[in-house]
Amino acid sequence: MLTAILTGFLFSIFLVFVGRFFKGKLSILASLVPLGLFIYFTQFIAPVTNGEVIMRNFEWIPSFGVDLGFKLDGLSLLFSLMITGIGFLVFAYTSSYLKGHEYLDRFYGYLASFMGAMLGLVLADNMITLFVFWELTSISSFFLIGFNNTNPASRKSAMTALGITGIGGLFLLAGALLINNITGTYSISEMLTMSEAIRGNEFYFLMVIFIFGAAFTKSAQFPFHFWLPGAMKAPTPVSTYLHSATMVKAGVYLLMRFTPVLGGENIWNYTLIAVGGFTMLYSAVHTIFRTDLKGILAYSTISALGILVFLTGLGTKEAFLAAAVFIIVHALYKATLFLVTGIIDHQTHTRDVKRLAGLNKIMLPVGIAGILAAISSAGIPPTIGFVGKELTYESALHYESLAIFLMIGIVLTKIFLLYAGFVAGIKPFVGKLPEEHENVKMPGFLMWGPPLLLASLGVLFGVAPFIIESALIKPVVTAMGADASEIHLALWHGFNIVFILSLITIGVGTAMYFMIKPSKKLENGIARLDFISPENILEQFNKIFVSVSNFWTNFFQNGYLRNYISIIILFLVVLVGYIMINETRFTIDYNSLSKITVYEITTTLILIAGIFYTVFTDSRLAAVAAMGVVGLSICLIFVFYSAPDLAMTQFSIDTLTVILFVLVLYKLPKYLKLSDYKTRVRDGILSTIFGLIVTTLALEVLSEPVSKEVGEFYAANSYIEAHGKNVVNVILVDFRGADTLIEISVLSIAAVGVFGLMKLRLKMKDRRRYADRSLNEENLKK
Amino acid sequence: MEILLALMVGILYGTGIYMMLRRSMVKLILGIILLGNGANLLIFLLGRITKGAPPIIPGDSKVFTEAFADPVPQALILTAIVISFGLQSFAIVLVKRAHTVVRTDDLDEMNATDEDS
Amino acid sequence: MRTTIILKTASNYLLPVLLVFSIFILLRGHYLPGGGFVGGLIASIAFILHSFANGLNKTKELLIMHPGFLLPLGLAISFLSGLAPVALFDLPFMTGLWSHDPIAILGSVGSALFFDIGVYLVVNGVTLTIIFTISESA
Repeated sequence: MLTAILTGFLFSIFLVFVGRFFKGKLSILASLVPLGLFIYFTQFIAPVTNGEVIMRNFEWIPSFGVDLGFKLDGLSLLFSLMITGIGFLVFAYTSSYLKGHEYLDRFYGYLASFMGAMLGLVLADNMITLFVFWELTSISSFFLIGFNNTNPASRKSAMTALGITGIGGLFLLAGALLINNITGTYSISEMLTMSEAIRGNEFYFLMVIFIFGAAFTKSAQFPFHFWLPGAMKAPTPVSTYLHSATMVKAGVYLLMRFTPVLGGENIWNYTLIAVGGFTMLYSAVHTIFRTDLKGILAYSTISALGILVFLTGLGTKEAFLAAAVFIIVHALYKATLFLVTGIIDHQTHTRDVKRLAGLNKIMLPVGIAGILAAISSAGIPPTIGFVGKELTYESALHYESLAIFLMIGIVLTKIFLLYAGFVAGIKPFVGKLPEEHENVKMPGFLMWGPPLLLASLGVLFGVAPFIIESALIKPVVTAMGADASEIHLALWHGFNIVFILSLITIGVGTAMYFMIKPSKKLENGIARLDFISPENILEQFNKIFVSVSNFWTNFFQNGYLRNYISIIILFLVVLVGYIMINETRFTIDYNSLSKITVYEITTTLILIAGIFYTVFTDSRLAAVAAMGVVGLSICLIFVFYSAPDLAMTQFSIDTLTVILFVLVLYKLPKYLKLSDYKTRVRDGILSTIFGLIVTTLALEVLSEPVSKEVGEFYAANSYIEAHGKNVVNVILVDFRGADTLIEISVLSIAAVGVFGLMKLRLKMKDRRRYADRSLNEENLKK
Repeated sequence: MEILLALMVGILYGTGIYMMLRRSMVKLILGIILLGNGANLLIFLLGRITKGAPPIIPGDSKVFTEAFADPVPQALILTAIVISFGLQSFAIVLVKRAHTVVRTDDLDEMNATDEDS
Repeated sequence: MRTTIILKTASNYLLPVLLVFSIFILLRGHYLPGGGFVGGLIASIAFILHSFANGLNKTKELLIMHPGFLLPLGLAISFLSGLAPVALFDLPFMTGLWSHDPIAILGSVGSALFFDIGVYLVVNGVTLTIIFTISESA
């Protein structure tokens, strides 16, 4: 199973090397990859039908409980088949759609890695694995949306999509960590057994929020929906594959997967019903204001996702069944409609629905596919769409007290969706062919084959629902934690209230189709409300955020070094000072201190004198000399307190530093009194406080007991293990030899850096530029 | 003596910072050196100071028989001293280089990151 | 730079003496205060003193090659001394290796000594490179 998941990634790596072979006629061969995987997954249909759950576990980071755990049950199988099956058709379609495109191989690479990521996502049983694949789908989606990377709008959409879904991914990670904290496992199957404990936990609310955050962003639920219409900038095969059939369903998948773990509580159900319900209605209504075919389809996809979330939220067995069926229904008809749109766009170079009609006369098979898909989307028998819609109505109708509201919502949604489906699937093909499209040609088989196949499947499953009943639908319902033995799918449910509602839906929807024509006026109408759309609000927020952070950054990091230092020190002073005032005890045990002798007093006095002379002298040479005195005094302190090695090193280094300074000093400018008196006093006060704090800190630490364990270990083993008696040296060259090795490397780098800085000359051009600049500045000063 | 040393560390830190806040580049480097010395002394002090007992195993014995100064802070400081020399020389050269390029000693005139601003 | 004849003469004798002293410090480092760091610094001071008295070019002639070449040499010796146990005895990186019988003056010789020699060379090279570079272009 791991191989199956990795195939997609391996194939895309493979394409890096041999990509050019896949650009020409051989590109169709790429579709063999998803086809092979599809066949591989069909062999699991039989065992899964029998209720088997296939588990595979590969250890990854066992110490953290993170494994590459995979689980194939009904839900995973349904998605896997969809991913590979539709993947195959999309791959084949692409080879014709993007024929001769410069970066076709790259496109296949992205598509293949997306397929791998998506398979990993739906098969993962470990939440960390799930998270990794979740993010991988976001990333591959980013590349695919931005595939036309010369188009700024494309790039912007890609960023938006990545931003939104990426944040969602972080929610997922947070949720995973939180659940792990409570259950001690990342395995979803194990979480299933601890469902009670999880639901009763005080952090249940947070967990639900995190999982919702992930699912709603990925599945484009209100108010995170706006990335999806933007994502339609991607080439149509991508919209088909990622943004209607598979990736956007990942959020729904997540909700379904966690229904048995987290579901059943009011907050879970009502939130899903509210969000899903609002999203489905909101975006269904939106479809009538669009004239771009892909825009219509994008909003109807969001609406369909809303329906799925809504059904998951209902939480009844009927609803799960309806959701399972509707996933298939939607994948079939929406993929078809997208592919059809792609064909229309490819052949006529427009997606403006106002300008499209009568294409039936040119591309009949495409028309048939479109019309069949529209019928399935409308839920007209004998398509599977009808079965799906009946089940959806039924589950809403049986939902306790809210039935009437839910019913109104879902029927209205379905009416608008029917309208959208008709506009996208039927309108371009009926009526009179406009003159501008008279020269349009029939596309190749590779283009019209896939949509026609998908549309026909929609009809086939409608006529004979038993094909998918036990193989796909029942295991999904089981996986969601409901009993599936009683389920029986049928096209005809008898003449009841649901059927009447169906008739109303079809009637009103069809009437709408004939009465409302997509027009620019409607589109402009909705555009006036853009300023309150979540997308716009987010953008405004972004702008404010950027300007505030610019202001903030420029305020604190204004390019003046001393400003940075002052702020850092000031912050430190306030922070440490505050704690000190509250915590410091100032208890010094005078007996434990070592005695002071006259040598030390003298040395200290010399040191202090040296320091202050360094600071206050006006002569650079004197400052450097005083600096040397300071170093030598410290050297003496090392001598006093049993550190001969340090004393020797300090002495040599001090000598060298003074030499170094003297060498360059006369090439450096004279001291200037640059700061005024006030600044100096201010800095003086700050430095004094800082010095006091360090002193207090040191004394405070000194009053704490000290552990010399490490030093004692080295001392005890110095001769026995390392044959050395000078412990400091043994530490340097033996115990911590690797550190020393790095240190001498760093020193070498510093030497090379010095050499480079001094020896390499500026290029003439740069020199002249700087010279000009300083000249200008001098002139300005005058 | 510890109190005196702690005071010294404070003075070194304070003056180091004061020098770094000046606008002259030479003073900046002197400040860094002072601060580095302060840090060395602080580590030395916090490792506890011991008189007349260097961490060298005496004569023929294989382990210490009497009290000894902690070798760990000493090893730390030894590397720090040498590294700080590398740092100082690099900083000095950088300052010198910057001076030849932009012809100013005033750090306030070196705040532009690119030539346009 | 104006130098006195005394310094000039003295530095000619001081150079070998200081170099021998630096090697002495290096070798005794494992048992008494000293070691590669200090030894390297003393050696470089010896050369710098010589260069002050006799001019940079004289010292450079004496060194034959640019002190910068000491860096890779020293790094290689240190690294190889760490690598030796891996290559020869299949022990972890930087395991100490020791001769069985102590050698006169040095005591027991081991990989740590070679490591220290590497440190000595690197420190010497770094210091000389820095000082020479700066005094050349200053």
